[in-house]
Amino acid sequence: MTEGPAIRVEGLVKRFGGRTVVDHVSMTVARGQITGFLGPNGSGKTTMIRVMCGLLTADEGTGMVLGYRLGRDTRRIKREIGYMTQRFSLYEDMTIRENLAFVAGLYGLRPLRRVVDETLEGLGLTSRQHQLSGTLSGGWKQRMALAACVMHKPKLLLLDEPTAGVDPKARRDFWEEIHHLAAGGMTVLVSTHYMDEAERCHFVNYISYGRLVASGTVEEVIAHAGLTTFLIEGPMDKVAEAERQLRGMPGVDETAPFGTSLHVVGRDAGALKTSVRQVAAETGTRMSATETSLEDAFIRFMNQSQDNMA
Amino acid sequence: MRWFSFRRLRALLKKEVIQMRRDRITFAMMIGVPLMQLVLFGFAINNDPKSLPAALVAPTQDRYSRAIVTALELTGYYRFDHITPSAAEAEALIERGAISFVVTIPSDFDRRVDRGDNPQILIEADATDPAVASGAISTLGQVASEALLHESGKDALAEEQTRSQLEVIVHRRYNPDGITQYNIVPGLLGVILQMTMVMMTSMALTREVERGTMENLLAMPATGLEIMCGKILPYLAVGAFQVFLVLGAAKALFGVPFVGSLSLLLFGVFIFVLALVLLGYTISTAARTQMQAMQLTFFFFLPSLLLSGFMFPYRGMPGWAQVLGEFFPLTHFLRMIRAVMLKGADLTNVSGPMAAMAVFVLAYALLALTRFRRTLD
Repeated sequence: MTEGPAIRVEGLVKRFGGRTVVDHVSMTVARGQITGFLGPNGSGKTTMIRVMCGLLTADEGTGMVLGYRLGRDTRRIKREIGYMTQRFSLYEDMTIRENLAFVAGLYGLRPLRRVVDETLEGLGLTSRQHQLSGTLSGGWKQRMALAACVMHKPKLLLLDEPTAGVDPKARRDFWEEIHHLAAGGMTVLVSTHYMDEAERCHFVNYISYGRLVASGTVEEVIAHAGLTTFLIEGPMDKVAEAERQLRGMPGVDETAPFGTSLHVVGRDAGALKTSVRQVAAETGTRMSATETSLEDAFIRFMNQSQDNMA
Repeated sequence: MRWFSFRRLRALLKKEVIQMRRDRITFAMMIGVPLMQLVLFGFAINNDPKSLPAALVAPTQDRYSRAIVTALELTGYYRFDHITPSAAEAEALIERGAISFVVTIPSDFDRRVDRGDNPQILIEADATDPAVASGAISTLGQVASEALLHESGKDALAEEQTRSQLEVIVHRRYNPDGITQYNIVPGLLGVILQMTMVMMTSMALTREVERGTMENLLAMPATGLEIMCGKILPYLAVGAFQVFLVLGAAKALFGVPFVGSLSLLLFGVFIFVLALVLLGYTISTAARTQMQAMQLTFFFFLPSLLLSGFMFPYRGMPGWAQVLGEFFPLTHFLRMIRAVMLKGADLTNVSGPMAAMAVFVLAYALLALTRFRRTLD
């Protein structure tokens, strides 16, 4: 097998009925990296992931996953990838142990007993192995689902919003585990709409309305957006007044309140600065230059593709 | 807040109607089932079957026997499809279930009539389903003597004498006492198996889809054939348990005779159960919810109960309903189990129903495998 990228798709199109959910997306996922797959709800992330693991067939386009052709070598692909669904999809009426043994059996892992024992130990669930998986909390379900899909040591791990509905501590532990797996040589593609999670990725792809809008490292994506950001701080009512005034002023593309401060973002640095200075003086707030955040960049991308759709 | 508000009720009703409309299968069932029941009950079902296939064994074709045959056919109950001089051939036909009656007119019949020497005719009826034969048998004696009387040209005064002369011997084969249970209990095995097997397996895939576990299952390396086998094989074991339970009860509680080969019967039951679980699995590839699966099962269950010959005589139905009946595995199962249990039929006698059930197995398996989607498209 050639050591190309883990995933390379070109011109992928997927339609449901008359709706184009994935619209000519081309992207690559390099081996051994954690690639973030970002985008708002309904942007086509889940559909893309399902196409890449053979659960959906693309209407157009070609793709290679781990050197296998999409749509032709589906069974080979399934054996070498791990896929964690967005919704918990193990059997809630089976115990933790029974679920793991089932999955291990489908992948033909041997010796089955030991594989399951080791997985349970790694999870720290040995003492609860006979508990029904449906009784686990959200965080534990997520850990168990992850354990189930890496048991067969896949070369590529696809995670579809794995941390939705999980508390911050569990999320942090989860990401630690992901980094640990990647350090062991596993390629990870993880979809999310949390910006802090995106910043934990080596590489991000941003998809909106079925189109790939940006890709690169976090720094590259921010730079690619070409935005200037100012921070406005002051009393709450003054900041709110500043936001009202700033809307629609020359150079101002986005405003976003962050607690008591306000991010003002724009592509035209000169015009933006003039506008912000004027409003800050009028409302008696302080202004300062700040770094553009990934979120600012993404909201910009989102609105931009919305404009393109209209 | 008032205890009853029409505005709130209207909101509830609106929501219910919207949801009803969205669930197409349920909606179709609500319209289709009453219509189907009406047509089936109304036109197809007949408790006094007419035009039953019969064989005539008459070594000599004399005028008296011709007169009797004509008279019997005129009653509408008998249809002489087979006229044969061989008693053995007629026996094979009735054992196979191809005919319901064998009418035997002995070779010395005309001489006995002319001599006034106590002529006899023998009617053998397949009494595995006592209801089928009863009407035909009850008309027999009178019709035959009247025909004979007319043919022999005797006057009305001699009527009484002639009637007493003709002796009609009736043999109710396989079930001499006309016990209904002998017919119902073996059939019940089929009905019970059909009900449980199809219903349980029809949920097989729908449950996975509803609970969201299907996505995970499909993402793992299991083939369609493996998933199908994994879903249906456990129910074969459940079916085996039911078979022994019902057969045991048939013998212990109802005293149903068992004259045939047990291994042949079990072989037939196995094919039938295999067809049923595959049918259930096919339904589960089509239904989107467990509710729909249940409804489709009943949609299938009802006509098969009515048209298979379980509840009402198969031969009592009009031709189109009989053709329809052939499309239910239960119809063939009933033929098989009644033939084997009550008539002691061997494999050659039940090869027809066996083959038909095997065809169902193949057809359902193919349908299920082609319908099964390895993707979520």
